[in-house]
Amino acid sequence: MAMTGVMRPGHVCIRVLDMEESLVHYKDRLGLQEVDRDDSGRVYLKAWDERDWFSVVLREADAPGMDFMGFKVDGTAALDTFEQRLKDAGATTERIPAGELNHCGERVRFDSPTGHLFELYADKDYMGTMMGLVNPDPWHEECCTGMAVQRFDHCLLYGSDIDGTVKLFEDALDFRLTEQVMDGELRVAAFITCSNKAHDLALVRHAEDGKFHHASFLLGSWEEVLRAADIIGRFKISIDIGPTRHGITRGRTIYFFDPSGNRNEVFHGDYSFYPDYEPITWTAEELGGAIFYHDQVLNERFLTVVT
Amino acid sequence: MERAGDETFEVFITDTGESFRCGAGQTLLGGMERLGRKGIPVGCRGGGCGVCKVHVTAGEVRCRKMSRAHVSAEDEARGIVLACRCRPASDIRLAVIGSMDKAFLKHAQAGGAR
Ligand code: FES
Ligand SMILES: [Fe+2]
Repeated sequence: MAMTGVMRPGHVCIRVLDMEESLVHYKDRLGLQEVDRDDSGRVYLKAWDERDWFSVVLREADAPGMDFMGFKVDGTAALDTFEQRLKDAGATTERIPAGELNHCGERVRFDSPTGHLFELYADKDYMGTMMGLVNPDPWHEECCTGMAVQRFDHCLLYGSDIDGTVKLFEDALDFRLTEQVMDGELRVAAFITCSNKAHDLALVRHAEDGKFHHASFLLGSWEEVLRAADIIGRFKISIDIGPTRHGITRGRTIYFFDPSGNRNEVFHGDYSFYPDYEPITWTAEELGGAIFYHDQVLNERFLTVVT
Repeated sequence: MERAGDETFEVFITDTGESFRCGAGQTLLGGMERLGRKGIPVGCRGGGCGVCKVHVTAGEVRCRKMSRAHVSAEDEARGIVLACRCRPASDIRLAVIGSMDKAFLKHAQAGGAR
């Protein structure tokens, strides 16, 4: 499919309680590379297969969680258009000047009915991968360290009015619903995409707004998911659940927590979603298998623990 | 920094009347989990989610940084802390405050589809 407009999740800014121990986690364990720091103390990281300068920003704070999630759009004209469409759809927008995040161009930040802050941007400095663009090797051992995550892939966020946030992303940004969980007439979870992935953003209905469930990173195979689990065991990283299989999106996955209690996922595999596809629906009575396909039972912690 | 934690202390959970031995180098939550015991809800284990919140009513704990979204400075001064971030410095009595608060889940499990 042609991929225009909003192209992909481009960054996530995560609050951490202690920067140094968080860097051990995100750099040495996940395998992200530190690419910059700024005057306010934020640390910028990127995965080995990402080309733009950074995808994860860590900020030390009193409470963990997510500051904002950013999506890259295809050009400054698109940025202007989406800004207007967001306003028309009732969102409050704000222009953040280029350079407020190092290496990132002007951003359009907007709020959402679930209380999360998102932003769009068209430009980010190009760093490239270690393998380059001419006759590249598939990977280099120097950059594929730790779990060797390939890219920041998506977030799952919790809040009450998920229908409102889904509608905003559909109406203003051309996202599509790929999967949903219905409890009778009530939609309790939604998976939406701007591309042809099974999801670029997921939302779960929850009493409290603005909550962060996880940031997810892509791996190249199921074997790499097991290898990530070995690293989790070796370094006694706080695990949530897995390795296992999701019914929803079909991802093969493992969930664990960073040292501040923010949940991370590393996963492999989904399916391609095309614009003519109808969404997949899961019913609440089959929620166990929808979420964890092997056990077919719900893990309380997975569903309730957020930052 | 982690301490070797040869010394162990008694942690008494008033809600259940159960107790377990916890090393000085382990967190209250980690010590409980390590023995396969239950009583305090286990969440992120990183001081972020608040589900392991306890009220230490007797004894001394040493705590690392905890999410201010769940434990205010006043709470902390009163012994309301996150069990995953605190290590015992004496025998401890505690009451469990935190819980796994399910949102839509309770309904889904109890009733299934309408
Ligand atoms: S388990 Fe999450 S704060 Fe202790
Ligand atoms: Fe995910």
